[in-house]
Amino acid sequence: MRYVRIIAMTLLSVIFGAALLAPTLAPSDYAMQFREAPNSPPSTRFLLGTDELGRDRLSRVLFASRVSLLLAPAAAAISTLFAGVIGTVVGYLGGIVEKVMMAAVDLFMSLPWLFLLITIRAMLPLDLAPVVSVIVTFTLLGFLGWAASARVVCAGARTLRSSMFMLNARGQGCRSWRLIAFQLLPNLRLVLWAQFLISIPVFVLAEANLGMLGLGVTEPLPSLGGLMRELENLPTVPLQPWRLVPIAVLAACVSAFQIIVSGYEVEV
Amino acid sequence: MRLRSLQLIAFCVLMVVPCFGQGELHFCLHADPKTLNPLTVDDDASETVRYLTGGVLVRLNRKSQQLEPELATAWKLSKDNRTVTFTLRPGVKFSDGTPFTSDDVAFTMNSLMDPNLHSPVGDAFRSAPGPIAIKAVRNGTISITFPAPVSGLDKLFDQVAMMSAHSTLKERAVLGPFVLTDYKPGSYLELRRNANYWKRDSTGRQLPYLEKIYLHIQQNRDVELTRFNRGEIQIINALEGEYYDRLQTQSPAEVFDAGPSLDSEVVWFNQAPNSPIAAYKLAWFRSAAFRQAISTAINRADLVRLAFNGHASPAVGPVSPANRFWFNAKLKPQRFDQGAAIKLLIEDQFHLDAGVLRDSRGHPVEFSIVTNAGNKGRERMAALIQQDLASIGIKVALVTLDFPSLIERMTRTRDYEACLLGLVNTDLDPNSQMNIWLSSGENHQWNPAQTTPATAWESELDLLMREQASTNDANKRKLLFDRVQEIARQQEPFIYLVHKNALSAVSWKVRGAEPVVLSPHTYWQIERMSLSTEQASK
Repeated sequence: MRYVRIIAMTLLSVIFGAALLAPTLAPSDYAMQFREAPNSPPSTRFLLGTDELGRDRLSRVLFASRVSLLLAPAAAAISTLFAGVIGTVVGYLGGIVEKVMMAAVDLFMSLPWLFLLITIRAMLPLDLAPVVSVIVTFTLLGFLGWAASARVVCAGARTLRSSMFMLNARGQGCRSWRLIAFQLLPNLRLVLWAQFLISIPVFVLAEANLGMLGLGVTEPLPSLGGLMRELENLPTVPLQPWRLVPIAVLAACVSAFQIIVSGYEVEV
Repeated sequence: MRLRSLQLIAFCVLMVVPCFGQGELHFCLHADPKTLNPLTVDDDASETVRYLTGGVLVRLNRKSQQLEPELATAWKLSKDNRTVTFTLRPGVKFSDGTPFTSDDVAFTMNSLMDPNLHSPVGDAFRSAPGPIAIKAVRNGTISITFPAPVSGLDKLFDQVAMMSAHSTLKERAVLGPFVLTDYKPGSYLELRRNANYWKRDSTGRQLPYLEKIYLHIQQNRDVELTRFNRGEIQIINALEGEYYDRLQTQSPAEVFDAGPSLDSEVVWFNQAPNSPIAAYKLAWFRSAAFRQAISTAINRADLVRLAFNGHASPAVGPVSPANRFWFNAKLKPQRFDQGAAIKLLIEDQFHLDAGVLRDSRGHPVEFSIVTNAGNKGRERMAALIQQDLASIGIKVALVTLDFPSLIERMTRTRDYEACLLGLVNTDLDPNSQMNIWLSSGENHQWNPAQTTPATAWESELDLLMREQASTNDANKRKLLFDRVQEIARQQEPFIYLVHKNALSAVSWKVRGAEPVVLSPHTYWQIERMSLSTEQASK
């Protein structure tokens, strides 16, 4: 297990290192169009081939990893923070508070956020820089994506609130905020980690879909979600398997996170 | 013997009926229809619904390009091209059972020509200001007189779907082969055969053959292709070049290339004075030299090769070379010359500062181009244009929006700087472009619905379009419209990029489809299309 964790940490370090050093490592600019060589297969010149406009896929994957793997975890952290605070407090209090709050969460989940997103897009200038657009998008995802996780966390807190260690702590005179901060939350960390890890790929893909509304990462800046849109064209994937690289990067990243975290939990 | 004959006939009927009588045709629209009112149609999706549900007095046969009688059994044009007299088909009923009479024609034409309706179809009839006169000559015959001669007058009625004057269902009462029965915005439209449709085939059987049509709202062309491959849809009316190539290798009998279409891909700048864009940007967009420079800096050959896999041709002007009579052959192909583009910009008080183009006040030249999401060809064109313009120091932000948001910005808020879209031409005659070239037209996209022409060249365009529309002499009309094309080329209010080939895919299960270059390419004879027995039985 330890070796697996070391491999996972190495893999994660390599991916994040490559993403951070993308401007140095990328063979060419992510926007550069080699128009004489569209849809090229992998070669010594283009290690992962080129896309339909002749852009170097490797460079685009490196820059896309930089965008998606830094911002998606940030958005996942925001949403997990919200979910953790709301879910734990509500689960701890229980009773009518829990019922009202969970009804509010259900309402929040059922609201047509599409209209809010369209409104936000309408309020933003059209010539928004791609970097600003992507930051706005992931921030929005972070603030809107906590509700489902909050339900899971609340269920976990509800189960734990009548457990022996909680009764013991309460019997020793622990105040509510201490019970939540030092008893409940540490015991919910597995649930929170799981929610955090689940949110990352969800947000990466959600960002790509928000491109339909004029949000998300705009051309020519690449994102993993945007590159994965090529996979919608399924029949070409077996012919050009290098199109799978973005999803492989994302899967490797999330899996490595999971292995590291679960290994840490086992040790604890 | 008689009983046996009857049994034989019954058997034959039972064998034939499943081939033609049943079946649901499925295909995709790439956006929700902007309107279900047939008189205000100006987008592709609404046009599809109008074509499938609307009954017209005369119909242009998309293959022979000749007019054929529909709700009018005969029609006559006056010598001065101001009056058209229709003899209406007797016994025709709307889908709700109300009879079709001259009242309905009068109601439709009065509604269409109401200036407050801002109907793009109505604009095509508007060769001069003034009301129309409608007179029911005798039972079943009606004459419509326009304030000035209208060239190609009868052909324009191909786009006028008749509405009921008396039905309480309003536009839901139709005379076309299908009736809209269900609409889930963002999902699908369900059309059922019109039980009161008047047309019959040569054996006397009532048309249409199809029982239902489902129009699925699907922006994503990849998903559309996947659904075609799975057999979930049977038609792709406008196929991307890349998909055409792929389908051709899989099943060459199911793809059709009818050659260059009449449609154009264009980019234009917003010049409307009431639009919420910075004044200095508006000044750039109103400069002909600026627009010419942008046009010269775009590599159209690359657009054809990379965005459409070669299934397109570079645009020279407003008319596709496929439209042989009206195409102005004197127009030279737009050259790609970024040096010339920079020279034009410098002459127009712009200057290059460390690779960044700036105007005379020092503003960096940056603008956004909006286009509809889900159209891969268009998204690729936008990315290619972005790099072409970056080479002359112009920074372009690309924004893909869902179609309703894009239409909202184009037609209501006017909150956009430049737009990349396609112009769909359904007719060869330039009269169908009246709504684009008249400065008062709603589809005069760069500066729509002007009360008086904003520029001298737009004023000249108004005069030329009105004059050609009111002239009988085809050669004179050609000269006038050639001049329109020259002005369009000099001023470049629309920067014409490419004319896509009319590519389509039709499943082998569909019978009676004959893809052609004119829209709608694949289902222009929808009432005679059917599905094979295998499909119908599913």
